[in-house]
Amino acid sequence: MSSDHDTAFIDLRAITKRYAGVTALDSVDFTVQPGEAVCLAGENGSGKSTLIKIISGVEPATEGTIRIAGQERPTLNPRISAAAGVMVIFQDFSLFPNLSVAENIAFATQLSTHQRFFRTGAVRKIARAALERIGVQIDLDARVESLPVAQKQLVAICRALASKAQLIIMDEPTTALTEKEVRRLQGIIRMLKEEGVAVIFVSHKLAEVLDVSEKVVVLRNGKKVAEGPASDFDTQSLTYHMTGRDVPEMPPSDVTAGAQTLMQVQGLTKAGSFSDIDFELKTGEVLGITGLLGCGRTSVAKALFGLVSPDAGSITVDGKPVPLGDPQSASMARIGYVPEDRLTEGLFLGQSILRNVAVGRLDAHSSGGFLNMQGLTEEASEWLRRLKVKAPDVEAPVKSLSGGNQQRVALARWLSRTPRVLVLNGPSVGVDVGSKADIHGIIRDLASQGIGIIVISDDLPELLATCHRILVMRDGRIIDALDGKSVTEDDLAQRLAS
Amino acid sequence: MTNLLPKDFWSRNETLVAGVIVLFCVLATLSDPRFFSITTVSDLLRASIVIGILAVGAMLVLVSGGIDVSFTAIAVVAMYSSTVLALAIWPDIPWPMIFVIAVMIGAGLGAINGFFIAFLGLPTLIVTLGTLSIFRGFLLTFIGSQRISNLPPSMRDFSRGVLARGTTEAGNFYSIPWAVLALVFVIVLTWFILRKTMLGRSIYAIGGSVESARRIGINVKWTQFFVYVYVGALAGLAGIIHGAVGRMADPFSLVGLELSVIAAVVLGGARLIGGYGTLTGTMLGVALIVIVQNSLIVVGIPTTWQSVTIGILILLGTGIPAYRAKRTAAQAG
Repeated sequence: MSSDHDTAFIDLRAITKRYAGVTALDSVDFTVQPGEAVCLAGENGSGKSTLIKIISGVEPATEGTIRIAGQERPTLNPRISAAAGVMVIFQDFSLFPNLSVAENIAFATQLSTHQRFFRTGAVRKIARAALERIGVQIDLDARVESLPVAQKQLVAICRALASKAQLIIMDEPTTALTEKEVRRLQGIIRMLKEEGVAVIFVSHKLAEVLDVSEKVVVLRNGKKVAEGPASDFDTQSLTYHMTGRDVPEMPPSDVTAGAQTLMQVQGLTKAGSFSDIDFELKTGEVLGITGLLGCGRTSVAKALFGLVSPDAGSITVDGKPVPLGDPQSASMARIGYVPEDRLTEGLFLGQSILRNVAVGRLDAHSSGGFLNMQGLTEEASEWLRRLKVKAPDVEAPVKSLSGGNQQRVALARWLSRTPRVLVLNGPSVGVDVGSKADIHGIIRDLASQGIGIIVISDDLPELLATCHRILVMRDGRIIDALDGKSVTEDDLAQRLAS
Repeated sequence: MTNLLPKDFWSRNETLVAGVIVLFCVLATLSDPRFFSITTVSDLLRASIVIGILAVGAMLVLVSGGIDVSFTAIAVVAMYSSTVLALAIWPDIPWPMIFVIAVMIGAGLGAINGFFIAFLGLPTLIVTLGTLSIFRGFLLTFIGSQRISNLPPSMRDFSRGVLARGTTEAGNFYSIPWAVLALVFVIVLTWFILRKTMLGRSIYAIGGSVESARRIGINVKWTQFFVYVYVGALAGLAGIIHGAVGRMADPFSLVGLELSVIAAVVLGGARLIGGYGTLTGTMLGVALIVIVQNSLIVVGIPTTWQSVTIGILILLGTGIPAYRAKRTAAQAG
């Protein structure tokens, strides 16, 4: 054990961190060897962000010793930490959208070497070297804002490498990536490890990075609750350690025998996105639509709510046709849509939680052009209570909530309008494991009340836990319709990829 | 030929603004052939000096992600106080010294903006709206509210200095004053800072994302502070040139010009969200605004329509690229 400590690049011993009486980290030991990849898992509030902040020098530890590269660091700040080779890649990548790829990669290096003047040639050389090191080609002069997410992440990795990173900490590295991009990332990580660069993954979606990791460390309520070789863990055991409970994912109960057809979709087609989409949704049924990224599932979801205008086809709810391509008509037909990207499409982030729920009900609570504020507020609070939104204050802005609670707020807005059909696109994207199970519980609950629900997702366990039937899409068409109960995860995965 | 042009040549604001300028000049020349002359050029150039220097400063602030509306007040305070000071202490002071004093007063007032914005973190629009009123009020209350036409003699010498002068064949007089060199100097210096120094690149970086800038170790506070001091200094220079060339220190002048200046900068492609803006675009924007202000009458549009025309140009000039960007984004999604 002691030899572990001697060779470690990062060696934290008995680290405790208290914020105004709250213990965020409680005597945690944590080591990272050179060239090792470590998964740091934990739910929101488990202390994983605090641990990262301590390693990167953003927050001082209250107690404990920190050694980086064998040297004890009694005082640490972001500059010292970066100079020692610790680089953090945040979830938003912290890039400059208005600057070129080359400049984004080389900026930090230029600063740390105290350059006063900006030399285009030197900057391009640094950037080219970093890109070559991971074997990627990106136009050096392209503005970062014009790049797809996966390339932005590569630019962020190159920036860390250009700054002579010995340890790269990646926050939620795979959330925004497609399967193919995840595989490329895995390849790059393997290569970096061979060169002796260590990596820490901070994530709640760990299945994808377990393959390339040596070690898993799980935090819960500020304590280290599990540590071991990555091969000893799987998704289930990780979930158990993270939540401290076995989260039982009960399969959905059967659809009532005499359930009527609620929604019927026929021949829905949009050139270039999807074609001949036919399906039926019964009251109280949960229908899954899945497929790889780019198969057209999101476009179909948007078309159901009128956000995408199809070229042909029809949608009826309760036998009545719904005009296509018009969100307002869809909303009148009591179809609700919760988008995948809550942050940019679904919520008013700066506005209060209460207002975010109430905004869906302005019509119902107005008379003669004036709003009945009391009725509006009461109804919104009631829904927040029913969905168990954990918020200290309903007047707080939505952006102060965790992912799981944000998703509940988005749901509450639609539920307050008593929808007949609810389209949920990626209901648990960016939500931690415990909240995810709760959201699945809410979906099952709503279905049992007779709402028809369509879940669009590529999270296979999620589909299996919630759906009665699953439609598989490829290249814009439905290629399979499966029974949610009889299909297994492997089977589903194969049909997706085949 | 096309590969000599930048990739986004046709979608840039600069191209659009240059096109409008060319179009205007063609129309003006068609309706009055005398428009196309060195006299017009020298008139427009002279009218561009003060607004041009102010626009360079305003552009820098927009690039850094802020907005400054107080620079005209800084300009007038710097111009008037340095004149009063010179007349009171040393009437025979050489003009470069007065210029230095004005620039220093400007930088000092800019530092006040910079202190509130960079070190106290207050919103830029609110701070500069406040200081706009305070600076000007202070000037009129404590320093003076009388027009001074009896300037120090050296300032007159400066205003008489010309790089070139002459008479066209048609008998029109033209002259290009020394002050043009000040504009050229400001452009070259600012170009160097923005393109060739880490300080300049940091200004762009902060405009792109303050949080990211902080995370990679850019000294955000001092960079912002520099921006407001620099803008103040430019305003001081613009102010004293305005006084010298107009041969009068008028404490009521300049203030009110700030929105035209910001309009010129925005027309030139700088974005209010920060991070975007070029000197070429800014100068084209200035040229367009100056042409509209001075020569609209030539194409038969009454002078009273000036502000309407400027408004339409802003709506089209910023609206068309924004609409195009939105359509491209929609097609991609």
